[in-house]
Order: sequence, then C-alpha cells, then structure tokens
Amino acid sequence: MTPRLRTTLLLAPAAIWLLAMLVLPLVVVLVFSFGERAAAGGYSAAVTLENFANLGARWTAFQNTLVLAPVGTALCLLIAYPLAYYLAVRCDPKWRTLLLILVIVPFWTSILIRSYAWIYLLGGQGIPKLVSLLGLGSPRLINTPFAVLTGIVYGYLPLMVFPIFVSLERLDKRLLEASADLGSPPWRSFLQVTLPLSMPGVATGCMLVFILLMGEFLIPAILGGGKVFFVGNALVDLFLQSRNWPFGAAVAVALVLIMLVTVTLYMRFTRRWAGGRDDVSLM
Amino acid sequence: MRIYALAVYLFLYIPIAVIAVFSFNAGRYAAQLQGFSTQWYGKALANPFVMEALQTSVTVALAAATLATLAGTMAALALQGVTGRPRVIFDALLYIAVMVPGIVIGISTLIALVTVFDWLNPLLAALWPAGWSAPQLHLGIGSLIAAHGLFAMALVVIIVRARVAGMDRSLIEASADLGATPWGTFRQVTLPQIFPAILAGFLLSFTFSFDDFIVAFFVAGSETTLPIYVFSSIRRGVTPEINAIGTMVLAVSLLILVVAQSILQRGQRKGGGSAA
Repeated sequence: MTPRLRTTLLLAPAAIWLLAMLVLPLVVVLVFSFGERAAAGGYSAAVTLENFANLGARWTAFQNTLVLAPVGTALCLLIAYPLAYYLAVRCDPKWRTLLLILVIVPFWTSILIRSYAWIYLLGGQGIPKLVSLLGLGSPRLINTPFAVLTGIVYGYLPLMVFPIFVSLERLDKRLLEASADLGSPPWRSFLQVTLPLSMPGVATGCMLVFILLMGEFLIPAILGGGKVFFVGNALVDLFLQSRNWPFGAAVAVALVLIMLVTVTLYMRFTRRWAGGRDDVSLM
Repeated sequence: MRIYALAVYLFLYIPIAVIAVFSFNAGRYAAQLQGFSTQWYGKALANPFVMEALQTSVTVALAAATLATLAGTMAALALQGVTGRPRVIFDALLYIAVMVPGIVIGISTLIALVTVFDWLNPLLAALWPAGWSAPQLHLGIGSLIAAHGLFAMALVVIIVRARVAGMDRSLIEASADLGATPWGTFRQVTLPQIFPAILAGFLLSFTFSFDDFIVAFFVAGSETTLPIYVFSSIRRGVTPEINAIGTMVLAVSLLILVVAQSILQRGQRKGGGSAA
C-alpha cells in the first residue's frame, strides 16, 4: 500500500462524517433560509429574501443575546482573572493540579443539571428567603436577567479560567523580578508586565465564552422562565413549535453571520495588543 | 486571594451539593428538607421511563464515542502526512465542528436529515422487492450517534493529534530501520505512546454525548435520552426523583472525568506532548 493511499483511507471515515453531518446540514440551512414555509410547516422551494427581511420579528431575541452575551463574557472575565492569577502565581504548587482539575471538571458535567440547581438557590425558598430574613425585602430573582447572568457565569467560568491560567503560568517570572529590581511597586509590575503578557489568554477565554453564549439556549430556558430569551430559544420555538423552517434557517444564518463578524473583528482587534493568540482548548 | 479562590470554589460547587442534598430528602416537596431518605433513588431506578432513557443515552454514548475514537485517531495519524490545501480544509472543518453552536448543529442536522429521509424513503420503497416492506429511515438512535459522534470525533482528533505531534519520531524510524512493517511499528511503537490520549478522547467523547441536551433535543426523533427526560421533567417542576437522577449523572461524569484527567496528566508527564 502506498503511503498516499494509506493516508486517504485513514482520512476517509472522518472526511465522510464531516461532509455528511456538518457540511451538508450547514448547506441545507443556507438553502432553506432563502425558501418559503410550506402550508403544513416545513420547507417549500423558493428563492426569496423575505425571511431575512422579517428578522425584525425576532429582534428582542437578538437584542437580548447581543446585550447579555458580552455582559456575561465580561462578568466571567472579572471573576475568572483573579482565580486564574491565584492558581498560576500564588497558590502552593503542590495543590495546583488538583485545584485546576476542580475548576475544569464542572465544565464537563451536565450543564443542564448544574443550571437547574439555581432554580433552588434563586427560587422563593433560596437566596430571596435569606435576604428577607435579614430584613432587606424580598427580591424576585428567578426568571430575571440576573438569574440568567448568574447561570451564565456559573456555567462558563471554567472556560475562562483555563486559558488565562495557561498564559499566566507561562509568564517568565524573571520579568517580574526585573521590574521589582527597577523599583516598580507590585501593582505597577502587575499593570505593566503581568496583565499585558496574559492578554493572549484573556482574548482566547473571552472568545470561547462569547461564541458559546451566542448560541445559548438552556440557561435562559431554565432560569429565564420565558421572559429572558436568547436567539437559541427563538430557534427552538421556530423549529419545534411553529415549524417555520425557512424563517428559522434565516435566524440561524443571521446568528452565525453575527458570530463570524464579531469574532473576526475581535481577533483583528486583539491581535494588535495581544500579539498572537494562545490556542488552548479545555483539557 | 485565598479567600477569594475559596469563594469561587463554593460558587462552583454549592449548586451541585444542593442537588445532592435534596436528592436524599425524605419529603416529597422539592423545596423543604424533611429528613434523610434514599427512597427517591429507588423510585428513579424503578421508573421504566428513566431506565429506558438511561439505556438510550448509554447506547448512544458508547457507540458515538467508539466510532469517533476510531475515525478520529485514524484521521489524527493520517493528518501528520497531509499538507497544503487538503490540510487547511480539514483543519477548518474540524474547527467549525467544534465552534459552531450546538443549537445550530442541532437544527441543521434535523432539517437536513428529515429532507434527505423524505427523499430517500420513497426511493427505497420503489427499489425494494415487491412483497417485502421497505425500511423507513427516520430520526432516532442512528441520527443521535452520527450527530454526537461528529463533535466527539473533532475532539478526539484535536487531543490525539497533540499527542502525535509530541511523540518521539526517532523511535518510529528506528523501528522501520530494524525491519518492522508499518502495522508492526504502529502496534508496538506508536500505539503505546498515543494510547493515553486515545483513551482520554474516548472518555471525553462518552461524557459529551451522555451529557448533551441541545443536539439530542433536535435529532432524537421519538427517542428520549436522559438529559431530554430531565429537561422535560424540570418543565413540570423539580422533584426529588429528578434530583436523584441528577446526582447519579453528576457522579458518573465526575468519575469518568477524574479518570480521563489523570490519564492525560500522567501521559503528559511521561511523554511531554501536551494535549491542550
């Protein structure tokens, strides 16, 4: 067997799988988005831009996604950075691996089950009850944007911690010593050395979290109670309830386009001050 | 700093603990603790719908992880020798498979498969010998395996490829110089070196498929996986039985993950090839 034939045969199953289950479905969505809704739901062939012209009908979903995804990403970053810093710089190296695994593990366990736990914590018998016992009134938390943001931070924090940790761990500690020797107080060393050098990790983490948030469905479905919904929730409604496939396909295409544009802009923007991107994935 | 880290860990683990605590609740009201009991575990395990969903989930996860590991490992090995445009296209597709949101993968797979099946089924019926009933293609276990396997395969390629790149090439050359066949070299030199990555890839694939809700929600047809069962139950209200199921699912995933992580970590210490 020639090496070339061997390579082809080895790649064939993966290539067929990618073509049948990734390329074909994405092409079908693109084609459907220009089609018309059949009388009984589903698709009827046509070439029209009407579905895209109607996108405004789902404007609230796009608006929520475009506001809550960046806010959620920023919150994740604010909470994750100090933790990643602690793990990479401050904590006892003996415990580092264990503590890191403890951050990663929740990400790989069912987000569905972890999210619904917040129904307890944010529901009437949970945090609101504690707050009212303290005599601070009884705030309504579940089914609010706050609940959805809590779920988002809870769900995606590990994905933000990991890349930041990697870039902080790689940081050459001698640079910090040099900075201290030259008379910088610690906070200035942090701002001028540590923070800029950890930017690749920050950029990677933000991008990963942002991309996943753009397609979020479960957290708003469970903690938003139908009041706070993302594009993902609109898609479920369009495909499984109202069976308006062409319009749903147009919403999906618009979502992917928005993602592509933001990610491209973001990468172009960050490359300038991050100097290359850390390609790290979780695990 | 340490207190801050502790607070974040509490934030990450309290919700999990809450579910576990409430699953041992004696009372039937989900929101009030009324003593210790394991009755909900018994009830969950005796519920035929739960057991059927569990069986579907395990079947799909095992099949998807096995196929993905085979195809992914083969591709990761072959990609070493691929350069130029095919390599760029392949990498781009793997990247897309991992990055496109699950919900978009779910809906596109749904409409693509339904369309293809609507087109193929009459054809099959026409081609089938008269008197025999032609098979009807429909969404179900097969589409679940194919859809879960796609993401899992991309994951396996990424993990195994990192390991292959960190492999000691001189051993392979030595083996060939000493007259081993390519298959012999693969079995005796390459495979032992990349095996930890393959195993970790398999375990992660299994966990992904077992936990996935969003893709399954669209392509499951009339089948119910465990996450789909849990989701539709939560819609009707949280019960202690669901907490018991949730606790068991979390426990199983945690176990698998700890095993996968320790395999990856050990592999890294020995071989130095970092699997991300």
